[in-house]
Amino acid sequence: MTAPPATRLPPTRRLGDVHVGDELPELAIEVTPTLVIAGAFASRDLTRVHHDKTDAQARGLQDVIMNTLTTNGLVSRFVTDWAGPEAVVRRLHLKLGAPNLPGDTMKLTATVRAVDEGGAVVSLEIAGTNAWGKHVTGTVELVLPKGV
Amino acid sequence: MATDAKRKAELEEKLRDWVGADAGSCPAPDVVNGQMIRHWCAVMGDSNPVYQDAEAAKNSIHGGIVAPPAMMNAWTMPPFVPPWDDLAAEATDGEQELHQLFEQYGYTGVVGTDHDMEIRRYLRLGDEITASKVVEAISEEKPTPLGLGYFIDVRWIFRDQNDEEVGSLLFRTMRYQPAQEAMPVSSAAVSSVPTRLPPPKGHDNAWWWEGIDRGELLIQKCSACGVLRHPPRPMCGECQSLDWEPEASAGSGTVYSFTVLHHPQVPGYEYPLVVGLIELDEGTRIVANVVGCEPGELQIGLVVEAHIEKVEGGMKLPFFRPAR
Ligand SMILES: [Zn+2]
Repeated sequence: MTAPPATRLPPTRRLGDVHVGDELPELAIEVTPTLVIAGAFASRDLTRVHHDKTDAQARGLQDVIMNTLTTNGLVSRFVTDWAGPEAVVRRLHLKLGAPNLPGDTMKLTATVRAVDEGGAVVSLEIAGTNAWGKHVTGTVELVLPKGV
Repeated sequence: MATDAKRKAELEEKLRDWVGADAGSCPAPDVVNGQMIRHWCAVMGDSNPVYQDAEAAKNSIHGGIVAPPAMMNAWTMPPFVPPWDDLAAEATDGEQELHQLFEQYGYTGVVGTDHDMEIRRYLRLGDEITASKVVEAISEEKPTPLGLGYFIDVRWIFRDQNDEEVGSLLFRTMRYQPAQEAMPVSSAAVSSVPTRLPPPKGHDNAWWWEGIDRGELLIQKCSACGVLRHPPRPMCGECQSLDWEPEASAGSGTVYSFTVLHHPQVPGYEYPLVVGLIELDEGTRIVANVVGCEPGELQIGLVVEAHIEKVEGGMKLPFFRPAR
């Protein structure tokens, strides 16, 4: 275990702190060949188009493209970075569009679209935009601690 | 063409058997473990202590280390079986077999388009996960900006060592016949953001595109029976004559039908993308984008007029706008 021990957990946003229309701070992800390939391997996805440029080009792409699981991991990190360590991701509903290619930058943005007091669920509309357009759009549902 | 149609029918016959079929069961080769979590968090830049810091995790609502939720399907990805070549490799489950079937029929392109995952509980160290997969649906062949393709919906159910469901996933992928030639090697991929696909100009249709380049919307007219046709083709469907002549269209018509594309979004096009089937006043129909009005305002029967406009990349295209 190399992570430094934490004396206490950083705070998590409470349901009462979150309002419809709140915007998350933008997160820019630099897409590098290393990120694409390491992401494919960290998710155990050996599909060649995610690590083999020759294969990607034979399929009409310019370079290796980020796999879906890496996108999911980045989106999940983006929302929990904002919400705090005890926010629980309940649903990731993502639509994939323009590929994430090395050399590009993906900007992640999100807006609170709904707050369900009863279930303590916050729905975020998220988007990841690169030079080609929308790489990912969709909804993430988070369960937050109740109260303020 | 005949063999293409025959091949397609043959493929679709095989695809019918796949809908509802068991696509395999993948037991995770490893229990949920700290090493894989650490690799994942390093790549994602995720420093949430509940994934790696035992002390902090113990004091959290989880009561101990949990795996990042988005890793759910990483645990149960199919094992690595050399050689890595998709076609040469022995399929390790039904889903791979289905993908190989598409490869064999020339649908070599693959993209994930939708990923809808529900997480019932976070996974803990030592959990043994198995995914069972079912092919829920396969679409009919659809034209997409990437090429002709099929959408495949696979439902994954994740269960733990006690056979409790811990999550589920609906993953939609598209298999397509790439419409584009492989792109040249470019070190700066992003410097060449793609524009609209240029039309393939051949012996039978180049004249039509040359008309567009001059600013003329042309229609093909049978010299023998006078019937108009579009898109350009060598033979008259009415009288089988091979003689034809171009006729200039005035460019006015009505919306015969239309569709609005929202997803997937492909570079080079603006969304929502309205694709109209326009009935020209001269009496034939043409597919083109309808612009200059909100998709919601569009109606069948709307009177429209053609405008030939330059798009990114220098190519000219006919667009239709509501008539004034
Ligand atoms: Zn004729």
